[in-house]
Amino acid sequence: MNASILSANGVTKAFAGVLALDRVDFAVRPGEVVGLVGENGAGKSTLMKILGGILAPDAGSVGLDGVDLPRLTVASAMAGGIAFVHQELNLFDNLTVAANVMIGREPVRGGPLRLVDDAALERRTAPLLAQLGADFAPRTPLSRLSLAQMQLVEIAKALSLQARVVIMDEPTSSLTASETDRLLDVIGHLKARGVAVVLITHRLGEIERCADRVVILRDGRRVAELAGDAIRADTMIAHMIGRDLKTLYRAPAAPPGPAILELRALRTPYRPERPVHLTVHRGEILGLAGLVGAGRTELARAIFGIDRPLAGEIVIDGRPVAIASPDQAIAQGLYLIPEDRKRLGLMLDFPIRQNVSMAMLAGRSAATLVDLEEEEAVAARERDRLGIRAASLSLPAGALSGGNQQKVVLAKWLALSPRILVFDEPTRGVDVGAKSEIYRIMRELSDAGVGILMISSDMEEIIGVSDRVAVMHEGAIAGLIERDGLSEEAILSLAVGRRTR
Amino acid sequence: MISRKDLGLLILILVVGAIVAIINPRFLSPINLANTANLIGLFGLFAVAQAFVIISGGIELSVGSIIALVGVVFVDLVANETLSPGLAAVVALAIGALIGLVHGLLVTRVGIQPFVVTLCGLLIYRGIARYYTEDATAGFPFGASFPTLEWLTAGRFYGVPHSLIAFVLVTIVMSVVLHRSVFGRHLFAVGKNEEAARYSGIRTTRVIVAAYVICCTLTALAAIFIAMYTRSISPSSHGNFYELYAIAAAVLGGCSLRGGEGSMLGVVLGTILLQVLQNLVNLLGIPSSLNFAVMGSVILLGVIADRQFTSVGSRRAAKVPAATTTPAA
Repeated sequence: MNASILSANGVTKAFAGVLALDRVDFAVRPGEVVGLVGENGAGKSTLMKILGGILAPDAGSVGLDGVDLPRLTVASAMAGGIAFVHQELNLFDNLTVAANVMIGREPVRGGPLRLVDDAALERRTAPLLAQLGADFAPRTPLSRLSLAQMQLVEIAKALSLQARVVIMDEPTSSLTASETDRLLDVIGHLKARGVAVVLITHRLGEIERCADRVVILRDGRRVAELAGDAIRADTMIAHMIGRDLKTLYRAPAAPPGPAILELRALRTPYRPERPVHLTVHRGEILGLAGLVGAGRTELARAIFGIDRPLAGEIVIDGRPVAIASPDQAIAQGLYLIPEDRKRLGLMLDFPIRQNVSMAMLAGRSAATLVDLEEEEAVAARERDRLGIRAASLSLPAGALSGGNQQKVVLAKWLALSPRILVFDEPTRGVDVGAKSEIYRIMRELSDAGVGILMISSDMEEIIGVSDRVAVMHEGAIAGLIERDGLSEEAILSLAVGRRTR
Repeated sequence: MISRKDLGLLILILVVGAIVAIINPRFLSPINLANTANLIGLFGLFAVAQAFVIISGGIELSVGSIIALVGVVFVDLVANETLSPGLAAVVALAIGALIGLVHGLLVTRVGIQPFVVTLCGLLIYRGIARYYTEDATAGFPFGASFPTLEWLTAGRFYGVPHSLIAFVLVTIVMSVVLHRSVFGRHLFAVGKNEEAARYSGIRTTRVIVAAYVICCTLTALAAIFIAMYTRSISPSSHGNFYELYAIAAAVLGGCSLRGGEGSMLGVVLGTILLQVLQNLVNLLGIPSSLNFAVMGSVILLGVIADRQFTSVGSRRAAKVPAATTTPAA
């Protein structure tokens, strides 16, 4: 431990009463590559934010060069040589590569005029890019670079800050195979220079290839550490799973009916080379699992007409349908409860009743008047049916709790007559009580003949609610698992791209 | 039913009016009142029009130029007896509708920012209007008379200018459209959160295009009234800065330039306040060169005061969290 540059010692962190990290130890020594793996929500990002000084731990300490501190700040972490390469790159695409690398630290000339010394800017950036084997010049506009090249810019920026630890959060999630190889080479190069790398990734093969150690988190706990030859994907998976799943499952009233929604070789703009085949039946809840970035939300957007599919067919009730915009999807009885409820699902400033009537009125002729009595009656009916807890239907939707907001989104669609409902992360940010109510409503709808496609990153939800589960991996359906074969291991193996059978 | 914001505006109008009346009793003379009412009618027509575009989240800067272009075309058609006044009015309104359609399509289909689209419109229509008359003043020949048209647009009914009556009728209809119709609901939704509106199945493109068509058509209607009021149109200056009066009235009346907020009553009150302020400058002997400065200061103070009230209000609301989410029981 004494040789470590950076360490978390017994770090605990809770958000709104939920433990995100529970007494986690983690250490990084010079020149080593440490993998950090775990399911969605295992606490990886929280741990890294604490090490980067963005969050303060509730308990425990952070060690920097052997000195124990109650917390780091962003400034002290930067001064200590800790650099982040984020999933969402923090770069300015209106500036050149060199300007991005040296942002906030531009060399100046011209005395009091403080002009930017572009020549010096490029002179200082060039050797960093050369070290990383970059195939672009310092004066290249950032907007011309690929995502992989932008990551190199981020890494060059880290090097220019004399970084000793580079934390990479899912750096390869959007890279092609050859770009990934290049990045892993760069990681090897950083290691050779004595720079430590923390690699957070869902791609276990990369960990196998380049990590010296790997730390596995599950439910905010550090459950295992592997080193050297012990780093194997199946061992990592075995440690990642094993959560205690409560039994949420309610069996459907009747066996599923005929297919109501079929996707035939649907190609989305997100991953055009990976066609999607998927069938949802009447009266079933089909879970759609996968890791963050697998393309599930993008698939939902394509089905709902937000992004136009590039090729393939959407078949509803046996008939191919053209869906070029959400109103056309809605006309087919296909509705989406989006993941980003506050931005896409609701008008936060609008009264509850107007949110409930939104989709209903979208289908009406614009030249007619709003029937205020009908609006009130529909909103009141859905409030009672779904148990929306609000003092008044005149309250803005934004004043409600997360669970009640989600019910308002649902009410908007139930005011019409759904045939297919796509839920994208139906209970994110929803409290436990409202969660089970939402599950109950989903089952009631499926029993009434609605086909439900439920995208979820919550393993408990996927296993606890679905009748069948489709697992997505890099834009395509990697496999289907029937109810009796459902296990975390089966899902995770498909999600990380390993064939089980 | 009147909102606190509108009530504040109404009180402000009454206070300013009372002060002016006390200092200069001529404010309440029938001639001055009728004059002011006429101006309120003329400016109100295109202020109401502007509100539709602002609520959609856009802006219409070419109002003044449309008023000049439609004005010269209308006067030319009527004065030369090319068309009957009725048909000329139809042509004038059609020009407005077409301009609105083009603006709406450029904003939605081509994806150009409304400010840029309508700024270019401001320049283009002004240029066309000047070219159309070869920069000469358009007007009626000496002795020409169109009694019906003149009575309709510039006449009085028991002393009430017809422009004001037209404004009241248009406002009533547009209040229903904005506050009661399905289109109005869609317009507020699109202006507030276009993405969420789209995710609810609202055809956002149509709604936005319709807002520009309504705005420019009503502006053309205003142009006819204004042309018949001035009777001669100098195309290089006619209607200059009128878009700013319209925007100012809408903002004073509670429209947010971010879209999704505003009311017809507010815009009407905003228009009235602006005209009372103009009147105040005249009646109180303030140099008329200060006209714009007075207007700008009052709008600025109004908006600052509104922000202060809102932030006090939300701070108070923040002190009692969860009070709004407790069950009705």
